[in-house]
Amino acid sequence: MNQRVAIVGVGWAGFRPATPEVSYKELMYDAAVRAYTDAGVDPRRDVESFVTVAEDFHEGTSIFDEYTPDQLGGALKSVQTITGDGLHGLATAYMLIRTGQFDIVAVEGHSKASNILTLDEITAYAQDPVLNRPLRFNTHFVAGMEMNRYLYETGTTREQCAAVVVKNRFNALANPSAPYGADLTLQDVLSGPMLSAPLGLRETAEHADGAIVMVLASEQAAQQLVDLPIWIEGIGWCNDSPSLESRDWGQAIYTAQAARMAYSQAGINHPLQAIDFAEVDDIYAYKELQTLEALGFFRPGEAGELTAEGFTTPEGDLPVNVSGGSLGCGHLLDATGLARALEVVLQLRGEAGARQLADVEIGLVQSWRGVPTTNGAVAILSN
Amino acid sequence: MTVKIKEFPGTSLSEKDFDEGKILFNYDELKGEFAWDTGIAIGSYLAALKEGLILGAACYTCHKIVTPPRTVCEWCFDPMDEYIPLLDTGVVNTFSLCYVTWDVQRIEQPEIPAVIMLDGASSLDSGPIMGGIMHKLGEVKPEKVHIGMRVKAVWKPAEEREGSVTDILYFKPIEN
Amino acid sequence: MSMRKVAVVGAGMTKFVRRAQETPKELSWQASRMALQSCELTMDDIEAVCLGTAPDAFDGVHMNGEYLSDGAGAWRKPYMRSYVGGGTGVFVPIQGWYHVASGLFDVVLVLAEEKMSSFYPHAQAAFLTIFDHTTERALKPNLLWIFALEMNRYMTTYGISKEDIARVSVLHKHNAAKHPCALLGDADITVEDVLNSETLAWPVQRLDVSPVSDGAVAIILAAEHIAKRITDKPVWIEGVGWSLDTAYWTNRDLVYPRYVEYAARQAYEMAGITEPRKQIHIAEPYDPFDYKALHHLEGLQLAERGKAVELYISGAAALDGDMPVCPSGGLLGVGNPIAAAGLMKIAELFWQLRGEAGDRQVAGAPRRGVAQAWGDLMQVGTVVIMGR
Repeated sequence: MNQRVAIVGVGWAGFRPATPEVSYKELMYDAAVRAYTDAGVDPRRDVESFVTVAEDFHEGTSIFDEYTPDQLGGALKSVQTITGDGLHGLATAYMLIRTGQFDIVAVEGHSKASNILTLDEITAYAQDPVLNRPLRFNTHFVAGMEMNRYLYETGTTREQCAAVVVKNRFNALANPSAPYGADLTLQDVLSGPMLSAPLGLRETAEHADGAIVMVLASEQAAQQLVDLPIWIEGIGWCNDSPSLESRDWGQAIYTAQAARMAYSQAGINHPLQAIDFAEVDDIYAYKELQTLEALGFFRPGEAGELTAEGFTTPEGDLPVNVSGGSLGCGHLLDATGLARALEVVLQLRGEAGARQLADVEIGLVQSWRGVPTTNGAVAILSN
Repeated sequence: MTVKIKEFPGTSLSEKDFDEGKILFNYDELKGEFAWDTGIAIGSYLAALKEGLILGAACYTCHKIVTPPRTVCEWCFDPMDEYIPLLDTGVVNTFSLCYVTWDVQRIEQPEIPAVIMLDGASSLDSGPIMGGIMHKLGEVKPEKVHIGMRVKAVWKPAEEREGSVTDILYFKPIEN
Repeated sequence: MSMRKVAVVGAGMTKFVRRAQETPKELSWQASRMALQSCELTMDDIEAVCLGTAPDAFDGVHMNGEYLSDGAGAWRKPYMRSYVGGGTGVFVPIQGWYHVASGLFDVVLVLAEEKMSSFYPHAQAAFLTIFDHTTERALKPNLLWIFALEMNRYMTTYGISKEDIARVSVLHKHNAAKHPCALLGDADITVEDVLNSETLAWPVQRLDVSPVSDGAVAIILAAEHIAKRITDKPVWIEGVGWSLDTAYWTNRDLVYPRYVEYAARQAYEMAGITEPRKQIHIAEPYDPFDYKALHHLEGLQLAERGKAVELYISGAAALDGDMPVCPSGGLLGVGNPIAAAGLMKIAELFWQLRGEAGDRQVAGAPRRGVAQAWGDLMQVGTVVIMGR
């Protein structure tokens, strides 16, 4: 029992600011067909359970799980929806397979952000309805406050945060799936308008539409299906405090705890030595720095300086967000973590094309659920 | 529980508590606005409704014709790319006489929602899947409606159709 | 491959009320605390938390899982919220089951909360948005439509009378009169009362329907080696199953719930049950409407198609019968705070199988029970088999 679990198929569609030619179902179907073909499975015959990640208010549909089975090949099968990030979906599939009751499980996440006309107002509905929402702040203010406290506690500078934007959007130029590639200077980033000071608008990821499907399998099934399974060595997730009044504003404790869980499963004591590259949350540029510290790669205050020095570029010691991250690929709402995981899978398979890293064996994925939450997940993958 | 536990938490409020101002609350309205891409299948369906046609989709693997159209057959996972017009007549599979609106307003004359198995689509005679759609019935006395009744669509005038399911006003009974 | 055994070791619930003074977080906390106290654990013993609540529109809160997290005790813990519509209440213990059965966790808190009264002016209007936004919502469907359409198809196909279906409502409300948390228990209600109640959407009348309510239920799950240390009466999760049918509900014959059958067969296979009618001693089928209990008993293979009502006519479904159905009082009697109502059925089996159900205790020291919920567009079945 409690066997190893691998990712044996990936498929994706979209990754564009808008996808008006397809419905959300057709976008999901496009990604699903690619993933099943990649894994060599027939969803009706082989896939035993399906996990989707979605939030009702992002879809404009209550009980959205109703509309998930058909285009995934899951009708009259064990389908469930998690209101979490794509990594929560991967964790769910991981647990299902480890019970020994399921051999092949599919995970789906998508974004049709372009269809949401009032996204800021939807996001405001994630604030406490009695204590916070009546103040009528745009929810980005939570990121502004968090960034401010993070800079204060660690001595990180705005320039160092801007360096994340320069790096990730430049990386995106080598990624044909990324719509927001750009060759920017620090000054280009810093001269943009403020969003919620000290957070600038150009340090915030734009949204994109897209769908990602992954097929997971037990060790035995994985070895029968594919030549190069990508193993889930560890996966952890954690929720901190929803309260804006009593949370720890400077540090991403949820990421630190999720990482501890994943590291302990993977037997990792020194992340910087053990892990070759990482794809982490960068919905806001400062989050990449805060996250790298919470993951134990660097001490608090070091990530900014090292990023400015090029430590996290594709040529650096710890490449971070080679895909371009959310700043380069677009913020895919609930599918964001799956987009990061997709890059790690492609890199570990040696299928990342022009941006392929040399000699990579272990990659880390991290995701965060966005403002105003303190909820995130971490996965360690290997080839 | 009932053996071991004597007290259960939870405090019930009455309308009176609110009327008397004993309970404070704040009121808010969600401004959630969406423009859903209709895509290939549903986009074709709506365009056909505007022309006065109900479109179905055929799966030749499963030998089924269903509606609304879709790009994949959910039973065999083969693509569905052949869309064909169905007839706008059919049989009432089931119905209700509903005396409350969607937002719980009481009405005197009931709305009559029904599932209608359309002519030209698969029927339950040949398997568990049928080409049915949900719509309303009209031009009929509520007490006359029955399962198995034959009905036909009543369309909006062509110039008023906008590519919506409401381009069909309702279905009305017809003679065999 | 041998599977890790998972037990229910504690349970707690709030009263189900029309409108609770407590906030959703407070209801969550009350049920969680009670479940912990019932097995003498504290939050420090809990390694992960699973939450069920659906849909967000009731609370008017986006990312409602995160919002409820501190009330659910999920502070600095692994925490996930799952949903499968109305089936969520019996799905969230399945989620807890795979958390433990996977070997990742030993002790997990499972919570279901629903506060429907916050939606203004009436929770039912929130259901408009469960229908397809492009092909159905423009018709302004009422949630009652789909139930009425299904009930009509079911009773007409098999020739079942409204009088016989009303027996379900009567029995469940009688049972609920013995449940201390019940909203609509009534020891004196009769079939005539049901038939004379206001017609909402023919054939559905007021007393055929369970009431919208506020409430929360929590249970504690533990791995075998821990469970035996916590209690000498663990109740084992012997089988789980869930199945989601196509969203194209107008392409299906509503007369029979195939999704319940598929979910039940999955759970029975896992539990090694080959003759459910003999091997199951208590049934808690999902009963938001009276005909639904019948429909689901058939899907669960506890009655032949169109024959479930005979369990009520013969008395087999009563507390002292040989197949007691909804001894809790079900959703029709205890109330229907959606996700919480499903988990209430799990709590009921826990208490019944331990012989702790007080006035509602069924006869004959039952060994095994089944709980089931249903939801979405008449589409999802979730099934849990519990045994001692």
